[in-house]
Formats: sequence, C-alpha cells, structure tokens
Amino acid sequence: MNLEEYKGVFVFAQQVDNEISSIAYELLGKARELAESLDNKEVTAVLIGSDVKNLTDSLAEYGADKVIVVDDPELKDYRTEPYAHALASVINEFKPEIVLVGATAIGRDLGPTVSARVATGLTADCTVLEIGDFPLVAIPNQEQKHNQLLMTRPAFGGNTIATIACPNNRPQMATVRPGVMQKIEPKKGAKAEIVEFNPGFTPNNRYVTIKEVVKAVSDTVDIMDAKILVSGGRGVGSPENFKILEDLAEVLGGTVSCSRAVVDSGWKPKDLQVGQTGKTVRPNVYFAIGISGAIQHVAGMEESDLIIAINKDEDAPIFDVADYGIVGDLNKIVPQLTADIKAAIANK
Amino acid sequence: MKVVVCIKQVPDTKGGVSFNPDGTLNRAAMLAIMNPDDKAGLEAALRLKDEYGAEVTVLTMGLPKATDVLREAIAMGADKGILVTDRVLGGADTWATSTTIAGALRNLEYDLIITGRQAIDGDTAQVGPQIAEHLGLPVISYAQKIEVEGNKVRVQRQYDDRYHVLEAEMPCLITALSELNEPRYMTPGGIFDACAAEITTWGRADLKDVDDSNLGLKGSPTKIAKASDKVKKGAGTKVTPDSPEEAAQYITDRLLEKHII
Amino acid sequence: MDFTLSKEHEMARQLFSDFAQNEVKPLAQEVDETETFPRETVEKMARYGFLGIPVPKEYGGQGCDALTYAMCVEELSKVCGTTGVIVSAHTSLCVDPILTYGTEEQKQKYLPDLASGKKLGAFGLTEPGAGTDAQGQQTKAVLDEATNEWVLNGSKCFITNGKEADVYIVIAVTGKVEKRGKMMKEISAFIVEKGTPGFTFGTKENKMGIRGSSTYELIFTDCRIPAGNLLGAKGKGFNIAMHTLDGGRIGIAAQALGLAEGALETTIAYVKERKQFGRSIGAFQNTQFVLADLATKVEAAKLLVYKAAMKKAEFAENPKTSYSVEAAMAKLAAAEIAMEVTTKCVQLHGGYGYIREYDVERMMRDAKITEIYEGTSEVQRMVISAALLK
Repeated sequence: MNLEEYKGVFVFAQQVDNEISSIAYELLGKARELAESLDNKEVTAVLIGSDVKNLTDSLAEYGADKVIVVDDPELKDYRTEPYAHALASVINEFKPEIVLVGATAIGRDLGPTVSARVATGLTADCTVLEIGDFPLVAIPNQEQKHNQLLMTRPAFGGNTIATIACPNNRPQMATVRPGVMQKIEPKKGAKAEIVEFNPGFTPNNRYVTIKEVVKAVSDTVDIMDAKILVSGGRGVGSPENFKILEDLAEVLGGTVSCSRAVVDSGWKPKDLQVGQTGKTVRPNVYFAIGISGAIQHVAGMEESDLIIAINKDEDAPIFDVADYGIVGDLNKIVPQLTADIKAAIANK
Repeated sequence: MKVVVCIKQVPDTKGGVSFNPDGTLNRAAMLAIMNPDDKAGLEAALRLKDEYGAEVTVLTMGLPKATDVLREAIAMGADKGILVTDRVLGGADTWATSTTIAGALRNLEYDLIITGRQAIDGDTAQVGPQIAEHLGLPVISYAQKIEVEGNKVRVQRQYDDRYHVLEAEMPCLITALSELNEPRYMTPGGIFDACAAEITTWGRADLKDVDDSNLGLKGSPTKIAKASDKVKKGAGTKVTPDSPEEAAQYITDRLLEKHII
Repeated sequence: MDFTLSKEHEMARQLFSDFAQNEVKPLAQEVDETETFPRETVEKMARYGFLGIPVPKEYGGQGCDALTYAMCVEELSKVCGTTGVIVSAHTSLCVDPILTYGTEEQKQKYLPDLASGKKLGAFGLTEPGAGTDAQGQQTKAVLDEATNEWVLNGSKCFITNGKEADVYIVIAVTGKVEKRGKMMKEISAFIVEKGTPGFTFGTKENKMGIRGSSTYELIFTDCRIPAGNLLGAKGKGFNIAMHTLDGGRIGIAAQALGLAEGALETTIAYVKERKQFGRSIGAFQNTQFVLADLATKVEAAKLLVYKAAMKKAEFAENPKTSYSVEAAMAKLAAAEIAMEVTTKCVQLHGGYGYIREYDVERMMRDAKITEIYEGTSEVQRMVISAALLK
C-alpha cells in the first residue's frame, strides 16, 4: 500500500428518507478543521442513496468542496451491502487519506464492513479527532510519523479514554459520536464540485430484503435507561407542580424521576424513585430539582455524568455532588429554562 | 440447523469501575462476565434450539480464563464450546480479532452466526460486521427480534427512530442487541454438566486461511497512542443568579457547551 | 481438608446470587408487607430446576449435591427469608423423604413433578399437642381392608407451604406397639395429595416473619388415601420424621446463614454511606468492632452449615453415615447467629433499622423463626448432647 497515494478528507454524508442527517454536517465541520492541518485541504462528502442529487447544495454550504454522489435505486433504504459496496468502491477509486462516518445505527454497521473490505483500521465512536504525530513523543529507533489522524474515544463504559492512530494503513477511518463535533456556520449559496460515480450494483447473497419499515413511537422509558432525568423532590411542592418538570423533560427528550419523599407523599409511583431504596441511575444528565440530597438519594444518582441541581437552600447537600448548582426558586427557574431550551433548539 | 454464537468475556463495568492506587484500571478487582449483548445472542440461539432443535456452539477468543464464559453458556444450554487462544493473537484490534474469529469459523459448519452488537469494554460494535465481511456473509446488525423460516431469517433491525424487518438467506451473521430478549439463567444441573464438558481449544495453527500479518498486535492496523483513565470529577460550581432568567440562561449555556442540546 | 469451593459450586453460587438479586429481591418487601406467597418466583425457580437440586437426573432432577442445595437456600434467604424456606420445606421435607424412603413406584410417580416444580411439597408432623414430642401425635390412620385404603383423621398445624403445596408427607398414628415393656404409639408416614376428599385447610397463621410463606393448618376428616401411599414401612414413621428433620435442619441453617449474611452485607453498605458527626458511621470504632464480630460469627456459621451439607452429601453415597449431629450444630449455631446478627444490624441502622422500608427490619423478624421451627434451639441442644453422652 502506497500511503502517499491517499489524499483528502472524506465524510460519509448520511441521509435517511432523502434528508441529510445532522451528523453529516457535524462531520463536515470537523473535516474542514482537520483538512487545514493537512497538505491536501480538500473536503469531500460521499452522498449515497436514491434520487439524492438535489441534496448536494446543503453539503457544500456546510463545508464540502466536492460531493461524490452514488445514486442508484438499489440504495433507497439503508442496507449494509449495497451501501458498503458503494462506499468501499468510492474509497478504492478516489483513495482518501481520512474517512469519517457517523457513529449512528447506520454508520456503526457500514463503517466496520467497509473498513474490513478495504483492509484498514477503524476507530469507533470517537469524541476527539486531531492531526498529530505517532508516536506522540519520538521513540529512538522508531519512525515518528507526522500528520496522522489521532482518534480519541472513551472505552469501558466511559471510564477510560484512549487515543488511537492508524499509521500504516489508509484510509484512516473513524466513526464519530453524534452531537460532539461542531458544524460550521453554513455559507449560503456555496457550491461544490459534483462527481457522479456508480460502481454498479448486482444483488448477490449478501443483499438482504427489506420486508417492512416501521417508524417507532417510543414508550415510557425505564428511568434506569433514560439518558436525561429530570428528578423532583419534596421541594416541588405538589403533584400538580410536577407538570413543570414534565415540560422540561419533554423538551430535552428526558424522563421524570423523583426522590423517596415524593413517593412517600403519594405524588409519584415507586418505579420512578431514585435512591438507596429506589433505583440506581446513571444518565448523561441528572437534574435534581427541589431535592435536598440526602445520602440515601445521592447513593442512587451520584454516578450520573452531569448533575445539575436547583434548590433554594444554599446549604443543601445536593450541591456537594452537583456539577452545576443553582440556588434559586425552582418554580420560576424551571419554566424559564424550558422556554430557553426550546428556543435554543429552534435556533439550531 | 447449526448456530455458532461468538461471545466475549469482559470486566463488569455495571457495578462501577475499580482503580488501582496509581489510577489505572484494576481489572483483577472487577468481575469477569459474559458480555451482555453476546448473552442476548446466545439466548436467541437457545430459543432456536428450543424451537427447531438447532445445535448451538459457542466460540470465544481470549485468555484460557475465558473458558468460564463458555462453561456458563453450556450451563445455559449450549451444546459445545470452543476457545481460541494463542499468545500470537494477543493485543488484537477489531480487524485482527475478526480475522482470527473468521479463521476459526471456517472450520465449522453453520447456518447462522450470532454475535453481540458490541462489548461493554471496547464498545466498538465492529467485530460482528467485520467477521461477516471476511466470510462473505450477509450481515444484519442491531437485531431486536429474530425468526427463522425455512432457509431464511427474518430480523427486526433497529435504527434510531425506526426498525426494518429484514430477510436474509442463511448462512448469515446477525449481531444482537441486549434488548433482544431476557437471557435465561443457567440451571444447577447444567452447571455440573458444563464443568464436566470438554472444551475444544484452538491455537494459531487451527485458524484456516489466515495470514500471520493480520493477527495479533502486529496485524492490527490501529495502534494505541495513549490510554488514560477518565479523571474523576472534582467539586462542581455553585451559583446564585440574580433572576430566574439569568439562572435559566446559565443552565442553557452549560447544556449547549456540553452538546446536550 | 480443602476450604475452596469447586468450580461447580462457585458457578452455582453465582447463579443463585444473580437469580436472588434480580428476581427475588425486588419482591421481598412486598411479599412481606402483603403476606403474599410468591407464586411467580416459585414458577421461575421451577423453570431453572431450583426445586429439584439434589434429585437424581433419572427422576427429572438436577443431580447436584446437598451443598449446592444449601447454597441455593442461602442465596435466596440473603434477600428474602420467605423464598428460602419455600425451597427448603419443599426439598428437605417432602422430596427428600420420598427419595430416601419411597418405593421405586412412588419415586417414579412423585419425584419428576416435584423436581420440576410442577408440584410443590410440604410436610405435616406438628400438631397442636405434638411439636417436639412426636409421641403426642393425635392424627390417626386406619387401614380399611375392604377398600385397601388408609383413612386419616386429625389435624396438623404450622405447616409451611401449607395451602400452596400439592404433595404432603403426613405423619400419623397407625396403632400401638410394645417397646421396652411400654405401650407406645406406632407411627407411620404417608403421602397425601391435595384434592383428596376429606383433606382441607384450616386457619392461615399471621406470623411475625417469613410472612409470605403459606403457613396453614391441615385438616383430615375421613380422608381416604390408597394403601400404596404409605411411605416406608408401617411403624417407621418416627424414624422417617426424625431423619427428614435432620435434613430439614440443613435447609433452615442455610436460611439462617443467608439472613445473617444478607443483613451484614446491607449494613456494611449502609455504614459506609450514613454520616453522623461529619463522618461515615463506619469510621467509628464501635461500628467496626461490631461488624468484625458479626462477620466472624457468620463465617463460623457458614463453615458449620457447609460441613453439615457435605456430610449429607456423603450420606447420599453411603447410607451408613449420619449427619444428624452436624445438622443440629449447624442449625443451632446459624439460627442463633442469625438472630444476633440481624438484631445488631438493626441497631447499626439506628432509627432506619426499625422502619419497614429497610431490609434489616424484615430480616430480623424473619431470623427469629429459624431458632424455632424444625426443632427449636433447645431441641438441637438435646440432639447434640445426647450424642455427646451416648
């Protein structure tokens, strides 16, 4: 493998139902940044689907210099095989230095298949991507390679972090966790060079048949599975007042939970109780609203990634475990917060 | 019908993680368990055994200690266990691991290969699809329901906001989600049988059609540049805003910063 | 001598522990509070063979040893004393006597369903006037030669798995015999099936602990059972009952051990978290020393229980051996240690320990019965001292 032949940063521009997924723009934002540190500064989006040619402009606006379009009726809904064939063929034909794929339910299927097909390494679910040296620090009698893609990812359920390189194979491939990379400010009217490419699709044993597509409606979530929990305590004041917590949970796509005091008062059922005699939770974000933070409660939520506490008592023990503690009146802050978040999401 | 389930022994991260005094991960203090997604895959296979009399073989790659998960699988109802172990296979990334397992699978007859979607230590979700690629099999990942009809499998394949019902011809490879089912427990009698069962052990020499350059640490395209344990978070910030608006703004900014919204 | 568990036993413990934590623990409080027999748990245990652990595979059992069985009761009792005693009464008091004394026909008829948990077993010895003193038995069985049936009359009380069981071992008087110049009651054992006409249930007991277990009075009124349901030889009922209780005591000892371990584990977790005077109560030497004493006693109980189980396993291979004294010692020690450990664990919990929501409160109530049933601690002392002074 002549590594020098491989040039440019490619992004798999995921689309679902002919709508570009947000992750594609995020990856383009990152690709732009990475390309600035490389000799070849070209950013290419690879757009795969059926009747997707009209989607290229937005990719240009978000930073693609070039868009390779693989458009074929076989590619209507995502299936591993025709998509893997499409992307692997693009890689073999255009020889990119770096290929970024979103760590979505599609990308985490496509990425491994393609990397195995083009015989290169793949780093999963990255949260940081940089260009740098490998090894990081020069080691005697070992070549230190420059301009390598350094891919950082959490492992062990987020307990450890590893930085990985792919020094001897090309392309360097990564799947990237959605929501982590920054999109650029879109440049209205930007145009990209469009390259149409069709490697030909002949169904074989590896093509599966889609019998049905069912768009799911989510049911109520177990608080132990929830990514965001909006938890209320006695300070919420009444069962009716939990409405403001439910509204906040809704805009965040989260779930409401509560402390023991709330269950004891009969405001909420036991299966929503967090704490020593309730459930132990580890969401990405835990809002402790009107919860004083008795040790029995804290034992059930202290492992949460991010804890935000709102309490009017500035000495409440919940502030000892909160990443962000806000001293104030929850009745006023929570509805305001819901409105602000709604606005922030709308602006995105 | 013959089903091979690929399983992995992993440290249990659920009950929290234990650290050595020097800050590195204390693997010895953590319970070694069968990876949860793999266990769901095994349960799916055992249901095919219950329903169609499928023969279920479990295969793992790891240190000799990994026979524990093979015995657990047999105690749950699997028919036989194969351990792939060899010093030259150590330090493998997902490419080298999938190459190794594919090399072992070439020795076996199968209609269906089931792997877990991902292991809780690495969280990569790569090995399953990569095995399918090496073996030239159709792959259906993220399976939340599996049915067999004649020589076809019908699978509910999960996506973020939907699922597809997919049909593939066997042989094929499926990666299972832990949501797929509630795995059964072992039985006491099964445990006694499993401890008496013969575990097949394969080394490098038993791998079929595999090049040395694709195995172990040397055969791994990805290299670790740096590994560190996540820093335990220190004390947080407490603020007393002047108004509810200011408070809400403060929280919203933090959520934006952290890409939560 | 080797104190290391075999691989089999280690895996079995993991299984029982996982099952107990996932399936039994979440229900323990409710089972106690509402006095509900945990039928669904029993069905789950049946599915995984927990109701036929020491039964040979040829009778549909798991083919494991007495230690595996004891560990099952222990792990279940760590989280729920009720669930532990259901398995113990079924296995030790019903399955075991059929396995030991049943004819091949009786074994074929009853063991597969009992071992698979399709049917649940119970044992009726105690009567209002006959607990420890078996000679006080009033329940009579008379053979009706015309129909070749035994006719049972009388009642049994405090019967575990009372109304929930399907197969009962019932002890009854079948006549009088002369022993050392004295007229003694001749006692025999029978297998009685639920639904037999004349077999009904009396009062349900409202208990201090193990509140989810079904404790009932069994009433026999001209209850006719086939002659073939005599278990063992006529007149051997006393021996069968005593030998059955020897085995039962290992089950109860394992239950007591589990309760003690469960309380201790819960308390260790609690004292690490509970803060008083600015530090966790586990940092106080009083707490540390109490825990050290309790842990030592629990370990001692465990060794006695496991030794008794091993002796019973030995008996299964060689019926000439006896495990009567080992079983009595194990039960005596484990029960009294369970009572002490749970009481002190409640104390370490302070006010919370007295509240229903905290598991140690229930464990303390559950522990008390282990000093009483299947032979009180005083009876165990009688058994042990009789062997010493023989």
